[in-house]
Amino acid sequence: MAEQRFTVVGGGLAGLMAVIKLCEAGHKVDVLSIVPVKRSHSVCAQGGINGAVNTKGEGDHPDIHVKDTLRGGDFLAEQTSVKGMCYAAPGIIYLLDRMGVPFNRTPEGLLDFRRFGGTLHHRTAFAGATTGQQLLYALDEQVRRFEADGKVTKFEYWEWLGMVKDGSGRCVGSVAMDLRTMEVRAIPAEAVMLATGGPGIVFGRSTNSIINTGTAAGRAYLEGAIYANGEFIQVHPTSIPGEDKLRLMSESVRGEGGRVWVPKKKGDSRDPLSIPEEERWYFLEEKYPKYKNLVPRDVATREIFHVCRELGMGIGGRDGVYLDVTHIPAATLDAKIKGVMEIYEKFVGDDPRRHPMVIFPGMHYSMGGLWVSFEAGPNLEPLAGSPKNQATNIPGLFAAGEADYAYHGANRLGANSLLSCIYGGMIGGPAMVSYAKNLGKGAAAVPSTVFEDARKQWVERFASIDKMNGTENPYLLARELGEVMTENVTVVRRNDRLRKTLEKLAELKDRWSRINVLDHGHSSNRPLSFVNQLWNMFALGEVITRSALLRDESRGAHYKPEFQLPEPKTKDPTQDPEWMKAWKERHQKWAKTTIARWTPQGSEISYEDIPTPVLDPEPRWYA
Amino acid sequence: MDEGTKVGPTTETRPVAGEKWVTFRIWRQESAAAPGGFEEFRVPYRKGANVISCLMEIQRNPVNAAGKSTTPVTWDAACLEEVCGSCAMNVNGKVRMACSALVDKLEWPVTLEPMRKFPMVRDLAVDRTRMFESLKRVKAWIELDGTYNIGPGPRQSQSEQAQRYVLSTCITCGSCLEACPQITQDNDFMGAAPISQVRLFNLHPTGAMHADDRLHGLMGPGGIQDCGKAQNCVQVCPKEIPLTTSIAAMNREVTKLVVKDLFFKDKESETAVGGPA
Repeated sequence: MAEQRFTVVGGGLAGLMAVIKLCEAGHKVDVLSIVPVKRSHSVCAQGGINGAVNTKGEGDHPDIHVKDTLRGGDFLAEQTSVKGMCYAAPGIIYLLDRMGVPFNRTPEGLLDFRRFGGTLHHRTAFAGATTGQQLLYALDEQVRRFEADGKVTKFEYWEWLGMVKDGSGRCVGSVAMDLRTMEVRAIPAEAVMLATGGPGIVFGRSTNSIINTGTAAGRAYLEGAIYANGEFIQVHPTSIPGEDKLRLMSESVRGEGGRVWVPKKKGDSRDPLSIPEEERWYFLEEKYPKYKNLVPRDVATREIFHVCRELGMGIGGRDGVYLDVTHIPAATLDAKIKGVMEIYEKFVGDDPRRHPMVIFPGMHYSMGGLWVSFEAGPNLEPLAGSPKNQATNIPGLFAAGEADYAYHGANRLGANSLLSCIYGGMIGGPAMVSYAKNLGKGAAAVPSTVFEDARKQWVERFASIDKMNGTENPYLLARELGEVMTENVTVVRRNDRLRKTLEKLAELKDRWSRINVLDHGHSSNRPLSFVNQLWNMFALGEVITRSALLRDESRGAHYKPEFQLPEPKTKDPTQDPEWMKAWKERHQKWAKTTIARWTPQGSEISYEDIPTPVLDPEPRWYA
Repeated sequence: MDEGTKVGPTTETRPVAGEKWVTFRIWRQESAAAPGGFEEFRVPYRKGANVISCLMEIQRNPVNAAGKSTTPVTWDAACLEEVCGSCAMNVNGKVRMACSALVDKLEWPVTLEPMRKFPMVRDLAVDRTRMFESLKRVKAWIELDGTYNIGPGPRQSQSEQAQRYVLSTCITCGSCLEACPQITQDNDFMGAAPISQVRLFNLHPTGAMHADDRLHGLMGPGGIQDCGKAQNCVQVCPKEIPLTTSIAAMNREVTKLVVKDLFFKDKESETAVGGPA
């Protein structure tokens, strides 16, 4: 067979793992990334990576990891992929260990594990509080090795613009733009993987890198790819608000013993260190005696929101609660979470080892993403090498990492994202190989006019954007988008406000046509690229909002007070038959994957049943 | 800092009563071939603002201090929390990460220039390819048999981990190269970052098996012997990596290897492959 070339878009953990698998299978890979891959957003992950290695005598097991993950996602995750991921997790951690990741160690020299949210086990391997950085570097190094060997060609500072499809609708390559020379090029491929991360910047300020506009996933959706579970947006309980972004304060801060509290007295203006223990309200510990400060993120976020917005008990009457580690020895903090201690110190100016941090929830992660399929093997894990794994509904287009929808359901557990990225790349790469093998004829058999036509279309699109000479500033429109999405489509959702948001999105799209492109340069013209991205961001904003509007229930990160089940009458909800009946009814109606398809009139939403071969759903209860 | 004397617009480009302004002098240059120069901007002061949030403000209102419409500034940035390495630039003449450069802690007006030791791309964005090429040259990776599930890696002590971890936080920002007097755009000295990476991988039990390969990567033109021991690198590293310690340690190892190569190389390689065929 002639030489096969694949394209992987995105150089974070998912993308780079897919690249490695493709190279190991003997293929050549073009990697497209808008930044040098070593600067991808995976570097921002702090706390760690989960795997039931069970080194602490707690009887942890991949099955318990599966259960925690499915329950954490309120039974909306794709079950076979979750099982495959959790069973692969210990091996993935060992693999990273062999690659040289400086994981923290026990005195015996073994990998150390810490607690994280939504589980009662020490299951999270970590490298200080910059685990994502360390994992990304390990994969980056292995990919560089393949690059030095001539197997990988990096297109860094290149932006993926869209697919090239043949007459049958099969994806046979991509059109991409060099963000420095502005050259537009068609790149043929046997198969393309989008590992392009999440859509954080659709929400304006978030914990995401500013490169995470979701533009690639948005464009793929506009070109026919299904976007699933868009409404499930994780708002991380602990971030530091900033002018330019919301900086994450890792869940590992609580994993290492950090406590969340506010003064018991409303508006208490005393220095927090002078407030005695009995005058502090540790509201998470009080309400959730089992999980305490380590309840899942959606739960912690709602409680903090409730305390600040509804009870008005935020610090100084404003948005903000204390995250306190001052009771932990500074040496321990430095050995385990120095990275985030330094972020707080640098950006806020206070030393969190001596003074309680002030934090507030911030948009963090999208559970939803491009719909992908899996083929279950006999053990109910994704069948090794199946071309159906990580495959979107467009033949030849694959997706993995935060860009896919599958692994986290209605809420992602902390330290499961690095894992799902690597696992998705690990099974996605071989799936692409199988797909190309089954197909027989490669991209080389596609007439060159198909690629040239696709390229020309994009050249023309940018020529028309270059002529945009209106009055609207694209960056201001992006800010308005972010503000309305953050206000109405994050923690608390109300249908009237969601409808207003859709109206606002329509208005923004209308105003988009009156944009001024601001820059007509032929080198590193960032606004030119951004104006195009903005259109794709509007598309995702609409999917997220409409999906939220139509889901009339509360589940995981999607919370609608108007459609909330009442509190059960018993402490254990399964003991309240009336409540259980209501729960079952709701579950039957809504335990479904939200499917969004693009139509010229807007997104068309439908629902897909979720098979539950691995675990039967049960009420999600942490109190 | 006496804000009262340094703040305030000289021209009323966006008059808002009582608003404080920060003046920025920003290097503008369309491409490597084009001429460059400073352009002044006035940005409304916000508490907690950093250089990046001010550059974003200019994107939303690309008007210079003279009240003239201009293009938004081009700069590189991604994570905005000093972990991606993108936004290194000269802020008031000193190389640093722009995201952690808080306006409240800077002298005003704030002068922004690109790093000068790397080829210009546009405005504040430069081309750091040279750093990634150096990582290839020194083989900054573990020679892995494959990504198969074959069990854990070697055990390591807590102190080994602590030593390696700090070296592994290098974000390839280029600050150490920018500050190094030995480096120019025309020469090929690799600078401190890749030298320190050799130390990182040679400290790893598996990496140590190929330590000599990496040390050989440090020899020759542009290698470790070009270091002039100015020690600027360690002072500007945003991750506080002990770069000069790494350079000293690798210097010793390279010297040892030179001697070893000179006297023992032939014999050893013969033994390694089981003798000549």
